[in-house]
Amino acid sequence: MTAESSPEYAIDVRGLNKHFGDKHVVRDVSLRVRRGEIFGFLGPNGSGKTTTIRMVCGLLRPDSGAGTCLGYDIQRESAEIKRNVGYMTQRFSFWEDLTISENLDFVARMYEIPSRSAAVRQALKRLGLTQRAHQLAGELSGGWKQRMALAACMLHQPRLLLLDEPTAGVDPRARRDFWDEIQSLAAGGISVLVSTHYMDEAVRCHKLAYIAYGRLLTQGSASEVIAGQRLTTWALHGDRLADLQEKLRRQPGVEQTVSFGNALHVSGTDAAALQQTVESAARSEGLRAEKIDTSLEDVFIHLMSQSDGSGGGHA
Amino acid sequence: MTARSGFSLTRWWSIVLKEFTQLRRDRLTFAMIVGIPIVQMALFGYAINTNPRHLDTAVIDADPSDITRSLLAAMQNSSYFHIVSDLPSEAAGREALAQGRVLFVVNIPAGFTRQLLRHEHPSLLIEADATDPTATASALASLNGITQSVIAREITGPLAFLQGSPAPFSVNVHPMFNPDSITQYSVVPGLMGVVLTLTMVMMTGLAMTRERERGTMENLLAMPATPLEVMTGKLVPYIGIGLLQASIILLAARFVFHVPFFGSLGAIYLAALLFIAANLTVGITFSSLAQNQLQAVQLAIFYFLPNILLSGFMFPFQGMPAWARAIGDLLPLTYFNRLIRGIMLKGNGWPDSWPSVWPMIVFTVALMAVAVATYRRTLD
Repeated sequence: MTAESSPEYAIDVRGLNKHFGDKHVVRDVSLRVRRGEIFGFLGPNGSGKTTTIRMVCGLLRPDSGAGTCLGYDIQRESAEIKRNVGYMTQRFSFWEDLTISENLDFVARMYEIPSRSAAVRQALKRLGLTQRAHQLAGELSGGWKQRMALAACMLHQPRLLLLDEPTAGVDPRARRDFWDEIQSLAAGGISVLVSTHYMDEAVRCHKLAYIAYGRLLTQGSASEVIAGQRLTTWALHGDRLADLQEKLRRQPGVEQTVSFGNALHVSGTDAAALQQTVESAARSEGLRAEKIDTSLEDVFIHLMSQSDGSGGGHA
Repeated sequence: MTARSGFSLTRWWSIVLKEFTQLRRDRLTFAMIVGIPIVQMALFGYAINTNPRHLDTAVIDADPSDITRSLLAAMQNSSYFHIVSDLPSEAAGREALAQGRVLFVVNIPAGFTRQLLRHEHPSLLIEADATDPTATASALASLNGITQSVIAREITGPLAFLQGSPAPFSVNVHPMFNPDSITQYSVVPGLMGVVLTLTMVMMTGLAMTRERERGTMENLLAMPATPLEVMTGKLVPYIGIGLLQASIILLAARFVFHVPFFGSLGAIYLAALLFIAANLTVGITFSSLAQNQLQAVQLAIFYFLPNILLSGFMFPFQGMPAWARAIGDLLPLTYFNRLIRGIMLKGNGWPDSWPSVWPMIVFTVALMAVAVATYRRTLD
């Protein structure tokens, strides 16, 4: 089990804990990311995603817990990890008073890339940055900053990418381009751990994990995550759903209602009770009720509300 | 796999280049680099004078005679005293002193000349405003010589017996290296140390905290750079800046203030280089201790004051009590002041300079070790 014998897992950490002062921000988090896998990391703001990612790449020292990243021990071999991991921070953290090519040049020297200028030129070309190479990074829009950051953290050909909310504040088209890029990288054998709030991004991941209040609530493929919550969901179609939503919330079998414009999704774990409630409501209000597949979004909202306030009152 | 975690010149150079580029784009800082030494030279070089002359003096002359007139003329000629008014009474003299209109009141009592001729050993009174001792000290010290010369010139012929016998031995004083006690000779080289301390500590103090505040530290820490590479790489551009500032001051010293350069220019630059290195390690240590830029600036100011007051730049080092000298002995500016004055004014060479050189080397190495030890490798 040495670093050279390319391990099965790109990330394999167990029981990570981290406190900031008396705040317990990460509790017993265990993660396994296979090589070549895109692993989505989801959870509300302040749930501990960034802290977990920082512990994986050696930027924070866990209070307890152990594990490996690319086969290197996260406690002791952070220098090796840094050399083989590309980390894209949540906030743009390159130098805004340097141009794109100066930033990339800096990174290339940092990682002692052998044919530096060729590597930089190639990275610029690959991400369509050649035209803007001499523009100051601080003058770029969100989408271009994010492209530059990705180019920079790909420059040393890392075996693992850690992307912390890479598409926050980026327009839909730039997001789609970005994900196409991520998927082609993964196809080339790079493992990716990416945190996000977007459902359309979550479904593009091979595996998902959901974290709230520092606790990992579920992990697995999208279908496993959905199945794991044993939720039944009905959709009610019609007008004036807002009043109905209020009423339904207090009915038996209803655990969650989510409004989607002209549709209301009603979910619960007790399928029989839910069906009775929904059908009687549809009859009395004259709405069309239809049983649908529970979506990831329904599941995540369910997870979030379960762990809410009640101090993580889940099973 | 290449070398594991030794010092990498490539990584170090990437930091150096980055700092240079960032500095080049920061116009205001660049203007300050040139501006600070020029402004401070103009201010202090011209303003500070510890050997003041032409001090306002009032006279209460109740006995105008050849001898007293000669005495007053001699006082004027010494250039220390500038007689601005004649006052009628002792009370008026006190008032003038209290109000600060004059620094000295010369009180010649009635019958002074007659008593002198009768060999009655009369006194004349000079009152000085000693609230600021430095202002009056040199003038008062010159009085003895003035009276001696008046006596020698005026009391001659039949009165010669009044002169008394000459002292059985004489003392020759030779004020070496600065015979005219020109303050600028010591202030201007000292200013070099003060300017370098201020700018070097302040600018490098901001070097790491700026990365932390802008959020770029996270990126830097995620890369494989070692603390020593980052810190020394960040210091290199400031060495250049320090030498540029030193050159501006040296040019002004030579061509504006006409300070003599007895030592070699190479020695002067070597001393400056050593001193710059010492100050940069102070700054980078502050930078790694402080949480943000404001704290770094506060630390720099906290460090700057004892440097000005206890290093011997402003006040004589020998006049301080032992505990204050002990603090002064910890500051590189103390050694640099001795070193640079020694080289420029005395033409000191290597053996004379060594006692001031090694403490700065020790200081630099020790502080660099502290800086590297306190460098935070994680975001904790």
